[in-house]
Amino acid sequence: MIVEAILLTVITASTPLVLAAIGELVCERAGVLNLGVEGMMVMGAVGAFITAQLTGSPYIGIIGGLLTGMVFSLLFGFLTLTLVANQVATGLALTILGQGLSAMIGEGYVGKGGIKMPSLDIPLLSDIPVIGPLLFDQDFFFYLSIALVAGTAWFLFKTRGGLVLRSVGDNHASAHALGINVIGIRYLAVMFGGACAGLAGAQLSLVYTPQWSENMAAGRGWIALALVVFASWRPWGVLIGGYLFGAVTIGQLHAQAFGIAIPAQFLSALPYVVTVIVLVIISRNRRMTLINTPAALGKPFVPDR
Amino acid sequence: MRIELEKRPDRSAVFALASPVIAFVLTVIAGAIMFALIGKDPVEALYGFFIQPLTDIWSLNELMIKAAPLIMIAVGLTVCYRSNIWNIGAEGQFTVGAIIGSIVPVYFYQWESPLLLPIMLVMGAIGGALYAGIPALLKNYFNTNEILTSLMLVYAAQLFLDWLVRGPWRNPEGFNFPQTREFVDSAVLPAMLSSGRAHYGFLLAMLAALAVWFMMRFTLKGFEVNVIGQSQRAGRFAGFSSRRMVWFCFLLSGGLAGLAGISEVSGAIGYLQPSISPGYGFTAIIVAFLGRLNPLGVIVSGLVLALTYIGGENVQFVLGVSDKVTRVFQGMLLFFVLSCDTLILYKVRLIFSGRHAEEKAS
Repeated sequence: MIVEAILLTVITASTPLVLAAIGELVCERAGVLNLGVEGMMVMGAVGAFITAQLTGSPYIGIIGGLLTGMVFSLLFGFLTLTLVANQVATGLALTILGQGLSAMIGEGYVGKGGIKMPSLDIPLLSDIPVIGPLLFDQDFFFYLSIALVAGTAWFLFKTRGGLVLRSVGDNHASAHALGINVIGIRYLAVMFGGACAGLAGAQLSLVYTPQWSENMAAGRGWIALALVVFASWRPWGVLIGGYLFGAVTIGQLHAQAFGIAIPAQFLSALPYVVTVIVLVIISRNRRMTLINTPAALGKPFVPDR
Repeated sequence: MRIELEKRPDRSAVFALASPVIAFVLTVIAGAIMFALIGKDPVEALYGFFIQPLTDIWSLNELMIKAAPLIMIAVGLTVCYRSNIWNIGAEGQFTVGAIIGSIVPVYFYQWESPLLLPIMLVMGAIGGALYAGIPALLKNYFNTNEILTSLMLVYAAQLFLDWLVRGPWRNPEGFNFPQTREFVDSAVLPAMLSSGRAHYGFLLAMLAALAVWFMMRFTLKGFEVNVIGQSQRAGRFAGFSSRRMVWFCFLLSGGLAGLAGISEVSGAIGYLQPSISPGYGFTAIIVAFLGRLNPLGVIVSGLVLALTYIGGENVQFVLGVSDKVTRVFQGMLLFFVLSCDTLILYKVRLIFSGRHAEEKAS
């Protein structure tokens, strides 16, 4: 069934966006703007690919991607949290370094066939027509992305830890006065963001195109950043937005395959142009964005001693 | 062991000058470690990367060719970043400048005239400025984040160039290569020195740096940029419009990036092709920061970053090291620059847990 096949590819294209965006959402809710998602993603992709190659197991590859992203994010954390460097500039630095480093590390692996991730079908449920194969016969990353969105929503709004994290992002001075370790919590949030971006990269090199090629994130990290704005910093919004953008990406690929009379380059530009348009529509509502934006987003914190 | 920061009463003048130098030294050390890790003699590799390219005339010319666009773009970015406006789409504005500047030599490919080059340069600058105007417009009227929009437009511009050179602008006599006709002689920026390929784009970049330095130092506009950058509120009280500042910064930096784009195409390449930049627009961000957001500093840092391109090509050729080394060096340099800048505003102390406990006790 063609519709089913298209929907399957939409899910595969959307999953890395959802993963990277949910990590960035937590990071921004803690008041830290990490523009290095693209860099952490390519590092995760190369880390996952190489560990999977060396061990022969895609699941150890996932762990490799996660750890690479997390360790790499610590560089950002050290500069912005410990040394109070400018967050925008440091995020850009993380992306530039990540693109160079991943290309260098992965050079010997270009063109090597990857290890395909098996899909995990859930017995009985996967036999349901249409939605069975779509929702219950997917690879690990799909289930993980849904679980992470649900888990994040629950953590942020239903637990004490989530309240603490949000308070750090909204008013770090008050949080500090209440005895909360602002820097410590921000480190954890940055590492969570790095781990999620690493997982998103792992999905790219293990599932989406099971191989390694230079700059294989291709702007997805930046789209994930836009998704956080799109979602107004709410977890379920990330899921909806991720699938919207996944659909646009796949839609343009299918349009190219059908030989539609629009030049391929224009169709390839579509996800980026749509990102700009969606950002405009969302940001127009100034009051709405003001309510949801973490108030201390991007502001450095230096505790008095 | 922990690191503690103590705010200095004033910016440290010593570290303002020393921090880029320390950052450069740290990058070289980290680079040596990296070369050792991949099994190359660090001394030989560093010599090949940083020194050898400076020893012959040919590569000095190449250095100026690579430094020209970096300096030109970075000078515009310093104004943006000083006023806290984040244009990170210079790569796209560079591309659009190259495209718009090439309209006349592509469509009127037989027209030779001394007027041709000035027309191209002006059109290139206007093209870059207009493209940069899009994120400015969206920021001012729809409150859209300029970091994301300016970056998304980079991908759109590159795909548009790709379409042009493979489609309507493809050279009909070019054996199907994806490139335009070669520019006629009067559409090519002439060589500046008798010794090699370095073209007048480098001189243009110097002039741009000097002009922007003069503006920032001696004019009201420059003062305005600094005030708004330090505090938007203070700027508002002084009657400066932050909306007009967004326009000013984007149009200026976009115009300079566009000028760099057409200079590169007409001076160094001679026709349009799918890829016209090894990431100049992004590397220029590093140039701006390494130059301490000062147009004169940018001249120095532009030459340093140009050296990383030449050095990368050189070690690839001589030692068989991957050319990806260039990007790694550039990334590390930016990291170290940003960390060393902390020294300007803060005293950094390493606290060893034992001693800290004693202090508390006493």
